[in-house]
Amino acid sequence: MKTILLKDAAALIPDGASVMIGGFMGVGTPERLVDELVRQGKRNLTVIANDNALPGIGIGKLISAGAVKKTIASHIGLNPETQKKMLAGELEVDLVPQGTLIERIRAGGFGLGGVLTPTGVGTVVEKGKQRIEVEGKPYLLETALRADFALVQAFLADYIGNLYYALTARNFNPVIAMAADTVIVEANNIVPVGVIAPDNVVTPAPVVDYIILQA
Amino acid sequence: MDAHTIIARRIAQELRDGMLVNLGIGIPTLVSKFVPSGVRVYFQSENGLIGTGAPPAEGMHNPMLTDAGGKPVSALPGACTFDSATSFGLIRGGHLDMTVLGALQVDASGLLANWMIPGKMVPGMGGAMDLVTGAKRVIVAMQHTAKGQPKIVRQCSLPLTSVRPVDLVVTELAVIAFPGGRATLLETAPGVTVGQVREATEAELAVSERVCTMVL
Repeated sequence: MKTILLKDAAALIPDGASVMIGGFMGVGTPERLVDELVRQGKRNLTVIANDNALPGIGIGKLISAGAVKKTIASHIGLNPETQKKMLAGELEVDLVPQGTLIERIRAGGFGLGGVLTPTGVGTVVEKGKQRIEVEGKPYLLETALRADFALVQAFLADYIGNLYYALTARNFNPVIAMAADTVIVEANNIVPVGVIAPDNVVTPAPVVDYIILQA
Repeated sequence: MDAHTIIARRIAQELRDGMLVNLGIGIPTLVSKFVPSGVRVYFQSENGLIGTGAPPAEGMHNPMLTDAGGKPVSALPGACTFDSATSFGLIRGGHLDMTVLGALQVDASGLLANWMIPGKMVPGMGGAMDLVTGAKRVIVAMQHTAKGQPKIVRQCSLPLTSVRPVDLVVTELAVIAFPGGRATLLETAPGVTVGQVREATEAELAVSERVCTMVL
């Protein structure tokens, strides 16, 4: 793990990169990093996240800034700008059931090719997918998802990169931390090693590449 | 009593002590206000919380403690938080006793459409497909009609949420179940006749031999 300045962390991410971003309606999204990506004028990002938040909040800022070419998400209903850009053909939107999206990411981070889920069987979600019966029950084969970068928000990060999350800000964060080539963490608090007891470490330090320095 | 209150109060009677329950946004959320006394249920928010409580007092909110709509909530004693993989493991894995969701359409056999209107409204399915596929019991909370048009239809014209039929539909007019894959009227709201329910329903509606008035 290395520490990095905010501007240098954002500079690691090239235009066109695929980026997993933690957060659920903006809660648990690394907000400083999102702001810096907007400031640096990133373009053509593929954003993989639960939702697109709201205009002015979290991922909503990237959408409004025109930084995103494609989003893979479970819900975009509270961001009218995503809807508008999608209907205008400016933004590609791939909607995935929430439980399937998180499992595809988990599979990507856990070295699996995909998962079998009953969710979506017999609906439009099944289109183009393989249906597999196991013990007489139908499932869809949902393939693993990985990204170039995971942008993680943690409540506590210790000096070597162990992470701990707070309340509902946990959501996608520990799962995406396993599923990207480069993991960048924005922490609310940076604490000495040992403050997070071994049993309370959620994301182990070796998967973390960068901790963004506090302002 | 307004339509939303009738629906929420009636659904609250389906709650049993110890149940793990997920409430959708809108009318379903109101159900938590009418939990019968002596019944203790665990409410799950799919963003990663069991033990969801009422919104906190002014100034007591925590920006990292929210419901699935991103609104501040409190957490009750014994609450726990977890990541989204665990949250949907609870939902798909047979651990969730009941889910209450809104609907755009429900068909004569109980199939639900509640996540998009092609070309008009594409919010995404969020957790709805997992909830309807995985919960032990699925209850729909909705107004009986939308702009005068029946929402309980012969066949859904909108994309389905799941091929698993719902167990119960509760509206401001009626309680409807689907025994043997057939929409069946179980209860009418106070002052509402079977004829009025039929008139507001496009699907063919069987009437239970034991049809009665909702107790609210």
